[in-house]
Formats: sequence, structure tokens, C-alpha cells
Amino acid sequence: MSKLIKLKKGFDIKLVGKAEKQLVDFQPASTFAIKPTDFIGLQRPKVIVSEGDTVKAGTPILFDKALDKVQYVAPVSGEIVEIKRGEKRKLLEIKILADKEISYETFEKHTESSIKSISRDAAISQMLAGGVWPQLVQRPYGIVANPDDSPKAIFISGFDTHPLAPDYAVSLKGEEKNFQAGIDILKKLTEGIVHLNLNGDAEVPSVFANVQNAQVNKFSGPHPAGNVGVQIHHLNPINKGEVAWTISPFGVTQIGKLFLEGKFDASRVIAITGSRAKKAVYTKTIVGACVDTLVNGNLKEDEKSDVAPITRVISGNVLTGEKINQDGYLGYYHSQITLIPEGEYHEFLGWMKPTADKLSYHRALGLLSFLKPNKEFVLDSNVRGEERAFVQTGVFESVTPMDILPVYLLKAIMAEDFDEMEELGIYEVIEEDLALCEFVDVSKHPVQEIVRKGIDLIQYS
Amino acid sequence: MKFLRDLLDKQKPLFQKGGKLENFYYAFEAGETFLFTPNHTNAIKGAQVKDAVDLKRMMITVVVAMIPCLLFGIYNTGHQHFLATGQTAGLWEDFGPKALLGLQLVLPIVIVAYAAGGMVEAAFAVIRKHPINEGFLVTGMLIPLVVPATLPLWQVALATVFAVVIAKEVFGGTGMNILNVAMTARAFLYFAYPAQISGDQVWTYLGGKEAVDGFSGATALAVAYNAGVEGETVSSALASHNTEMGAGLFEFANLFIGWIPGSIGETSTLMALVGAIILVATGVASWKIIVSGFAGAYLMGLVMNAFAVNEYMAMGPEYHLVMGGLAFGVVFMATDPVSASQTEIGKWIYGLLIGVLTVIIRVTNPAYPEGIMLAVLFMNVFAPLIDYYVVKANKKRRLQRATV
Repeated sequence: MSKLIKLKKGFDIKLVGKAEKQLVDFQPASTFAIKPTDFIGLQRPKVIVSEGDTVKAGTPILFDKALDKVQYVAPVSGEIVEIKRGEKRKLLEIKILADKEISYETFEKHTESSIKSISRDAAISQMLAGGVWPQLVQRPYGIVANPDDSPKAIFISGFDTHPLAPDYAVSLKGEEKNFQAGIDILKKLTEGIVHLNLNGDAEVPSVFANVQNAQVNKFSGPHPAGNVGVQIHHLNPINKGEVAWTISPFGVTQIGKLFLEGKFDASRVIAITGSRAKKAVYTKTIVGACVDTLVNGNLKEDEKSDVAPITRVISGNVLTGEKINQDGYLGYYHSQITLIPEGEYHEFLGWMKPTADKLSYHRALGLLSFLKPNKEFVLDSNVRGEERAFVQTGVFESVTPMDILPVYLLKAIMAEDFDEMEELGIYEVIEEDLALCEFVDVSKHPVQEIVRKGIDLIQYS
Repeated sequence: MKFLRDLLDKQKPLFQKGGKLENFYYAFEAGETFLFTPNHTNAIKGAQVKDAVDLKRMMITVVVAMIPCLLFGIYNTGHQHFLATGQTAGLWEDFGPKALLGLQLVLPIVIVAYAAGGMVEAAFAVIRKHPINEGFLVTGMLIPLVVPATLPLWQVALATVFAVVIAKEVFGGTGMNILNVAMTARAFLYFAYPAQISGDQVWTYLGGKEAVDGFSGATALAVAYNAGVEGETVSSALASHNTEMGAGLFEFANLFIGWIPGSIGETSTLMALVGAIILVATGVASWKIIVSGFAGAYLMGLVMNAFAVNEYMAMGPEYHLVMGGLAFGVVFMATDPVSASQTEIGKWIYGLLIGVLTVIIRVTNPAYPEGIMLAVLFMNVFAPLIDYYVVKANKKRRLQRATV
């Protein structure tokens, strides 16, 4: 049964720099990297290539000794140029210098009709070998799924409500066949339902229009209505001991391509967004690509000549993304990069001044913000205050459209009280679900970090 | 402002680790962050942008909301003196001298409260090595508003120090405390120096002058309570009280507006409501607590009417809302987010019970004419219990879902 769920709680952060709905070609990246740190729960990565090896797109690069069936493969063909390690030899990046023309490992090809006859085991082994498995993320914990599990359902969020998020109607244009093939494969993996959750406030993108084999639900409301964790909470919440899987539409099409075309295709249309972007547009690139060709030359000129604004390059969106260098690499699960000003400055009496050009969820600052509900703001990376104890109450609840008490959950995690964490719903959240709390927090707590700490405590003890 | 910034940047190394004045870092930091918002940027992972609000902004908003009460209190202090000494009867006559006298009496109390509390804050910040709590911006203003203008300054200082240390710092500072700090200060005064603050005594500043004939400094609450004991209807007792100071001193309208003797900031229900509008419009205080607080007092007033055995119990419930400090307490004290109930359902219960308890204490307890102070402190203690059951209900829903 399809469902329509209306959510009221939440907050849309409206920023300057939304991507125009056009596809622009940039100079292709020359280096690519796999970052084991992108995969949460990848505990003991073991590299199976060495510097100087040549690989094809789809060649295994590393695996997790704790979950050795899952392979992480090269996104492009080329030469392994560097295996970068950090402190305590922690594996940070495996860099590949790409060939001009990408050559692919070949996998078994199927047609749209023959996909239906693939068995569950055959589907799983091709997904594992073909490198698309890490697209499946397990709830609870938000880690890479375990192929030995049988999830109670699979959830796909068909829209992204994060600030400046890409519009899937643009990013996934023309992927109808691959998407359907991906859904057909996913259907084999679970005895439950494959849920495809779409935006109830917008037109259905053509890629999702005629999807079979999945239950289509609609969600309407402000961010985080597009977060799959919120959707699961309203459709079929996760209790202790249960496992569900989630996957992004990009992952679904990648699976579809693996089965229809027999290759690991890591290409993805991403959005270049943010107030510092000269051309905020969509472009086709490959996951793990170095972003310097997208960023260099695509930054706005300095408005004030005396202070050169430094740009923060973010792989992902401003709520859950990760700051990377200007020659850093696009994250595995990310479908946008955001360019915002760095906020390393002092402001005289900044906390006291009445102002209209600062964005705040709280009316103590944005009292008259209702006059211009669609105003877009330029936000920088300044913390805008200092960390304090929890004082204001009721705010986290008002941006969390789930039957969860975020402050109590966070306090239970801080106190490392395991029973309390379980009872308050730690299994239902990952970082992104409470990211908005981190944004609105008056006391500036690192909410997402705390949530992950809690999940780690529960998972590894 | 560049020179200020340069000055701070120049001094900063002195206070940082390894500097000469390293121990005073947090005192320096408080001053620096007061003048300039810090230049910290967000971490590599997690939210890359943050809401522009911070705790300082929240707290200053509360202070702004109290300004109407403060200004009203200043003028009223002067006005009451002129009334009691029979110099003028008209409200706006002698505006200048009244305002000046009010300032002369109230300003020192505000300054002493801020100074005494500020010193304790700074001392604790340096000793315990934690940042100075912005919560004191509010506490330092609340304390002067809930004491009478005649209170000796040393008592103001002592009460502030006591409250900041015992009600806040021993728990770890703003956010960790159980009791409302300003209410603790008032309770301390109330029990330690009842002669100056017990609520049925002369609170009007006479300044050595002869009071008018028939003058009594009794507050409306004391008059109402005595009426109950003596069997006179409360409304007529209120109406006939102190007619020498001008007719209708304790009439409903005047009680509402607040030209009556009482603590500096709490006499005017009207000004408290103006504050409430500011607090609710800015979203700083919970409207649920304010609404349910007034509703609780009104409902309990009705219950008292139903079971009335004396005239005070038979008094119209609307009088409870305008007499004494109920309005001020509900708007500014009960809504303190740290000591109040922290769950949304809990806030309804918490506010309601504050209103109910205030009326019960006022009407039935002969020793305390004012009920709001004890009601707020009492419910501060019970707020975690209310929350405990609200949280438990949330857990139960989750558990039931699992077993279905």
C-alpha cells in the first residue's frame, strides 16, 4: 500500500548558489581516489593492490577483513600512484592516475527480461564482484550492508531535501532502464518490500514515473523529509535486532548498469553548488574524482579586493558533507559539491546586533524572517558562537520529525548509558537524521559526532 | 573597531597556554567574546554551516523583555513614595522627581546584583576553568526585579552571591542547575531576612518622611488574606484599603496596570505581559508554560470558589492573576528553560501546576502571602520527575511497536 505522509517539523536552509538545471562539461579529472574513510563501519581495510599496479574500472582495490565478502573496486582504469596513510598507518586514500580511455572489467550481461530469472545468490555474488555492494547501507548503524543478512525491507529516498541538494530529475535523467533493473535486483534481496519514497510536494521525475516492483510512498514537508531514516521511521521503524537496508537512487542505477551492461560504471551527474561557485550547474563526473577541475576557475571573483575570501570546498552538502581540499576527491556517497566562504573572522558585537542578513531558525535573530520566506542566504563556515551546556529546550524536537527525544538521546550517549540509548531509539538514527539539530543548536554541540559515538558504543560492545 | 581587535590580539598570548596570565584565560575570553564573535570555523566533518544564534543572543533577548518591567518599576517606586507621603496624588504629576527617585533607589540594586554575581561568576570561571555563563545576564536583572526597593544593598549582594554559588555553580553552571537562580536568591532573602521582604510589610520607600494618615504598606495579597480572616469580602477590602493614598489603589484595573506597592518589577501584570509577548514572539520562552501557568492559577481560583469557606477563597479568580508576582513569575521565572520541564508535554503540566500551587499557597497558608516563589521552586524540583514520565512514555511507545 502506497502511503502519503505529511511532515511538519523541520527546516529548509535556503542558501545562495542552487545549481542551474543544465549539464555542463568540465575538463575531466586526471586522478581519482578511493577513501576508505567514506565507508562507515569499514573496520580493517586491507589493500590488495600496490603502487605501480594497473587496474581496470571494477578491479578490486581493497576489502574489509571484518566483512571480507565485500570488495571495494577501482572507479576508473589506470595506474595506482599512491597509497596514502596517516597516523598509525591508517589508510586514507588510494590514488589512481586515470587512463585517457577507461577500460572496464567485464561481468555477466543480462537483458531486462532475463534479470527476472537471476537467483538471489547469483545476484548477490555479481553485486559483490562488480563492486556495487557498498552502495547498500544497513540500518541500524548506517554501515555497509552485510551480504549474509536478510533485510526486513529496502528503502530508497527518491529526493534530497538537504540545502542546495541536486534535483534527481536532472541528475538521473535518462536512467529509467538502469533504475528499473536495479529495483528488480534489489527486490530479490529482501523478503519484504522495496520502498521508493518520493517528494509529495514536487512533480515525479521521469526516472521514477513508471517504476515496477517497488512500493511508492510520498512524503511532503521541509527537510529532513527526504532523509531515508525519517522515512523508515514513518513506514516501518527499526526495532532492536532488526535490519533494513537503504540505498540511494544513484546506487540503484549503478546496480542496474552492472547487470544490463556488465560493467562497473561509477559515473554520476553531480551538482556544483554554493555561493562561491561562479557556474553553479550540473556536470557528469566519476565518483572519487579529483574536484580541482570543477573548482579551479569556477570561483567567483573577490568582491572586496582587500580581503581575499577563502573558499571551503565541501564534498556533499553543508549539513552532512565533509570539507576537502581544493584538490580533494569526491566522496563515495556524495552527489554534489558545495563551495562556501570560509568563516575565519571576528565580528564586533556580532551576537547583539539586530540584523536581517543572517540566517537563523530561531526568531530571537530572525524575528522578521517571515516577511521574506524565500530569501536565500550566504552562509560561511563560522561556528557563530561557542559551545555551551544544553540550555534551550524544545528546539531539537521541532526540527526532528520523528517520535524521538533528541536531547535525551544525546545526553544518554554522552553519559554512555547503553540501556537508555537503546530505549530512546539509537537504532533509528544516524548522523544525517539529527544534522539539523547540529545546525540549530544554540549551544553549538557537535551533534553528529555524538550520534556516531553512540552508534559505535552500541555496535562494538 | 580595528584598534580594539588589535588590542585584544596583542594581549591574547598573555592569557593563552604558557602565557603569564594563563589562569585568567576564561576571564579574558569572556571579555573577548563579548566584544567580538569568535573566529572558529566548523569541523571537517559534520554541519559546515551553523545557525547565527548563540546563547548570548538568547539571554540578551530575555533581558530586553524585562526592560518594560524595569522601567515601570523605576517609575512606580518613585510614584509609591510620593503617594505614601501624600505629596501628589496624580499619576503623572511630578514625573521628573518620581523617575529620579526611582532611579536613585533601583539603579544601585541592579548594579550591586550584577557586580556581586559577576564577580562570583568570574571567580568560578577562573578556578573551575570553564567559560563564563551567559545565564548571568538574565539572573543579574531578575534578582533586582523581585526584591523591594527598600531592601538594603548588602542583602542584595549576599543573596546574589548565595544564589549563584549554591543554586548554580555547585552544579556546574548554567544548564546544569536544578533551581531557578533568581528565585533561589529571593527565597534566601525571604527566609534569612523576613523583616525586609516577607510580603505583608511596608515596602514603600518613605525616606524618613511622615506617611499619610491610615497608610499601611501592605500588599494586595496581605489585604486579601486578612479580609479572608476577618470575614469582609475581598473586593470591598481591596477597594477600601488606603483610600487616603488615592481611591482605587487596589482596584482590579490598577492591580493589572501595577501602580501598587510591591517588589520593583513584579507589580505590573501589564508589563509582564509585554515581556511575555517579546519572549514568545522571539521564541525564547515556552508559550506553553506561560499559558498553562495562568490557566492553572485561574482554574485553581475557580476550584477555591467552589469550596469557599472564607472570603479569600470566594475571591474572583481573575484577581489571582493580577495580584502579587504571579504574572512576573510565570513569564520570567517559570520559563527558565534549564530549571523548567524540558519535554513539550511536560511543559504543559509544569506550568499548570505552578499556577495551581501558587493559588493554594496564597489562600491556605497563613505564613506566606506570596505563593509564586515557592511554587516555582517546588516545581523546579519536580520538573525532572515530570520529564521522567514523559520520556518513559516515549520509550514505552517504542517498545510496544517492537512487540506488535
